[in-house]
Amino acid sequence: MDTRVVNTDLRAAKKPFRFKSDWAWAYFFIAPTIIGLLILNIYPFIKTIILSTYKSQGLGPAKYVGFANFEKLFSQSQIWQSTWNTMYYMLLTVPVGVFIALILAVLLNSKVRGRDAFRGIYFMPMVVAPAAVAMVWKWIFNADVGILNQFLGLFGVGNVNWLSNPGTAIISCAVIGIWSAVGYDLVLILAGLQSIPTTYYEASRIDGANACQRFLHITVPLISPTLFFVVVMRVMTSIKQFDTIYLLVKAQNPAYKKTITLMVLFYREAFEKFNKGYASAIVLWSFVIIAVITAMQFMAEKRVVHYD
Amino acid sequence: MIKETAAAIPMERPGASRLHQSRFWLYFVLCVGSVIMIFPFIWMILTSFKTQGEAIMIPPIIFPATWNFENYTEVLRTLPFDALYINTLLMMFWRVICASAFSSMAGFAFAKLDFPLKKLLFFIVLTQLMLPSQVFIIPQYLMLSSMNLLNTVFALVFPGLVSAFGTFFLRQFYLSLPNDLMEAAKLDGCNPFQTFLRIMFPLTKTAVMALAVFTALFAYSDMMWPLIVNMNVDKMTLAAGISSLQGQHSTNYPVMMAGSALAMIPMLVIYLVFQKQFIEGIALTGTKG
Repeated sequence: MDTRVVNTDLRAAKKPFRFKSDWAWAYFFIAPTIIGLLILNIYPFIKTIILSTYKSQGLGPAKYVGFANFEKLFSQSQIWQSTWNTMYYMLLTVPVGVFIALILAVLLNSKVRGRDAFRGIYFMPMVVAPAAVAMVWKWIFNADVGILNQFLGLFGVGNVNWLSNPGTAIISCAVIGIWSAVGYDLVLILAGLQSIPTTYYEASRIDGANACQRFLHITVPLISPTLFFVVVMRVMTSIKQFDTIYLLVKAQNPAYKKTITLMVLFYREAFEKFNKGYASAIVLWSFVIIAVITAMQFMAEKRVVHYD
Repeated sequence: MIKETAAAIPMERPGASRLHQSRFWLYFVLCVGSVIMIFPFIWMILTSFKTQGEAIMIPPIIFPATWNFENYTEVLRTLPFDALYINTLLMMFWRVICASAFSSMAGFAFAKLDFPLKKLLFFIVLTQLMLPSQVFIIPQYLMLSSMNLLNTVFALVFPGLVSAFGTFFLRQFYLSLPNDLMEAAKLDGCNPFQTFLRIMFPLTKTAVMALAVFTALFAYSDMMWPLIVNMNVDKMTLAAGISSLQGQHSTNYPVMMAGSALAMIPMLVIYLVFQKQFIEGIALTGTKG
């Protein structure tokens, strides 16, 4: 009896304060979110898995086909090409984009006059609808009269079909992607940089470290958790890339096959051709890719990221 | 006087001229970057005032001969911009309200209250965060279509009724608030709801603002979902609406630029006014989320 009293006392001392008897209140607080998530996410996820085993037949009832959708999917070259396109787009945008954002953030963090103005300018593309961004870049990249080709023409470069040449279309889209996202990454990285105590830099300066050494041995390790977060988020959004490529590379474009990402393929199958089952298989395949890449990143996290 | 000191500095410190040079390159890089960021917007605005003939001139002309608004009247004739603005605003408004209210409640409960199955229920929140949103799209669309709710504002808001990210993000904030506050509130006779509403919720104002900015920004720029659920042009959002311009005016760039400018300007003005809140909000979602 005595020991039990002591036990509860100890636990009460250790445990933070709780409204122990008010479960009903707790359920009331979480009810909207949990019910919403069950209806909007958990049920749809299961439903997508089920749909992927059915073949939709026009307006008639869908027919159970087992794994036939996946067999069809993996036997077609377009899925492998789109998977490669998606990976290629990711490899083009993430390292370059995050690197540019990091460099700009470091520059802005060094007592620059008008820092807020610069930061505001770099962030600007984020507040413009991607459709408007795609439109203006389509105009800039226009092969015959676009300003980019006219500018390059001054240096003797011939007209390049930026958006319809299978070799350059995805690179052009990646440029737009980097241009759009660099400000967002910059804001996150700059916030991380500003939380590094300046005493570290002062100490290293006294020890005679130059700017490059300070960057590699102080900035990079201390910013690595933020950088990791930015990279994970950027990888995720680049795999899910849809709008720019959907708007700029249409089905009749000669670069179509070599450019479209998994999400564009998914959208066209699901909502233009209405193959819900086949499209579900595509989206589940994308999910597997995201899961594998995310897992790989978190495995790398322990080695690369430096937490205090 | 000022000139004298400025001239005196390099003489006193031999390294100063190198310092000046590196400052020059610093500003040079930042300015070139800024020009690259701003140029497309300026080019969009300039093109939107040109005639078709001026726009495709070789070599290009920078300013139109006369600033004509015909492209704007043309695009306003093609697309119901008033409806697009209203739909976009309503979608952003309801998504922000729902995400802020429901995520605050759930975030508070997950951080400060104890209840059975808490871990399992929180796992449901995390699952949504880990799955790409496109996995849910077909069934969400089928649900709306079976309820005859396609082409409504509700359809636009639907996937954003609750926010797993918001719940997770605000939970972090409630965790950082001291438990003494809860205790004091209970001693004063508050029930959990009063504690939440009067004591705890007001303390998370910055976080809720950040979540609001984040939610609004992503609702505004989302294109796939509005394209799917609202085919009717009167029910579209700006993002989806101007994407349809491409089909109708595929070669008339000045009209397309006018449409893009009309879609861009309201949000850009809001951003320029509340720049600080925008950027600090986004920075906060990154550091805590």
